[in-house]
Amino acid sequence: MRFVLRAGLAALIAGLLGACAQEPPKPPPGPPELVVVVPDRDGKVGTVVVTGAQGGTTLNQAYSAARVDPSAKVEARSVSEAEVKRVFSGAIAAQPLRPVSFLLYFQEGTDEYTPESKQAFEGVFAEIARRKAAEIAVIGHTDRVGTVEYNDALSLKRAERVRKDFIDRGIPNSAVSVAGRGEREPIIATPDEVSEPRNRRVEINVR
Amino acid sequence: MSASRTRNSLFSVVVLSAGLLSAGPALADDIGQIKVANGTVIIERGAQRVLGAVGTWVRQSDIVRTGIDGSVGITFIDNTMMSAGPNSVLSLDRFSFNSTTHEGRLDTSVRNGTLSVISGKIAKQSPDAMTVKTPATILGVRGTEFFVQVGAAQ
Repeated sequence: MRFVLRAGLAALIAGLLGACAQEPPKPPPGPPELVVVVPDRDGKVGTVVVTGAQGGTTLNQAYSAARVDPSAKVEARSVSEAEVKRVFSGAIAAQPLRPVSFLLYFQEGTDEYTPESKQAFEGVFAEIARRKAAEIAVIGHTDRVGTVEYNDALSLKRAERVRKDFIDRGIPNSAVSVAGRGEREPIIATPDEVSEPRNRRVEINVR
Repeated sequence: MSASRTRNSLFSVVVLSAGLLSAGPALADDIGQIKVANGTVIIERGAQRVLGAVGTWVRQSDIVRTGIDGSVGITFIDNTMMSAGPNSVLSLDRFSFNSTTHEGRLDTSVRNGTLSVISGKIAKQSPDAMTVKTPATILGVRGTEFFVQVGAAQ
């Protein structure tokens, strides 16, 4: 009798241990998820690569979407524009105003404006006034005359010149960020050492 | 070369004439600025909790939360824009940006709620430089505009 009880207890413990070993705790089911790619302002559609523990998908068509169910399975589908507007109405309403850029042009090898650039300068102030929390990034560019290092320095000098003009107009020094992009971002692609007035510019990005 | 970078909110300039309060100056750690804030917006910065208002700067490692009535829109210094609807939790895990070369890194996580993303200069420069994590997936962002929802609709 005692032996039977012992054997029974041993079997029970073994059974419990076995059950524990066979069934590791499952991760709790996650919340459902949805990812949707939409066209940008210019109608261009980018790419978002969705990778989950249970597969993935690449979204590169307008309104292509990935739905992730609570077991983390990724399902490709598409959604309507109306559904996006409904589901994401709060986020859409909170989108910041898009940054706006103005271009000022320079005379060759100098930080002196071309005459047409004065008007763009005034446009910046109107854009600042539209915004509740505006900042401006002043970004200098050059053409490809001179070395990369020379143009990095020249582009920064042009940007600093523009910042000074903003300060002279009453905007605090600390309100403006300055960057020099050198010859890295031409508007017009040219071979090296070609003088190109359209590339000698400062971009003022109001955001 | 690294461009000199001193930033501040023009808020103070603009609103001086409007006679409102001004936002504080930006510091070197600031990576983006709140441009839109509705309802409850809280920024968790370590043990600190900061009220998120228009003009407030955000930093790497901040967690941005919106209440049931809340929404928030942030423009980062590389022009990436993110906005979140009600009941959202957005973690700004990692940010770096070189304004001369446009090289950098932007990793965020959305734990709950709805998020709208318009990628900026970081994603444009390097196709693998921007990710958004969700509880179940990681999103590799190669530009440009997309939405993420985590959790059932409110």
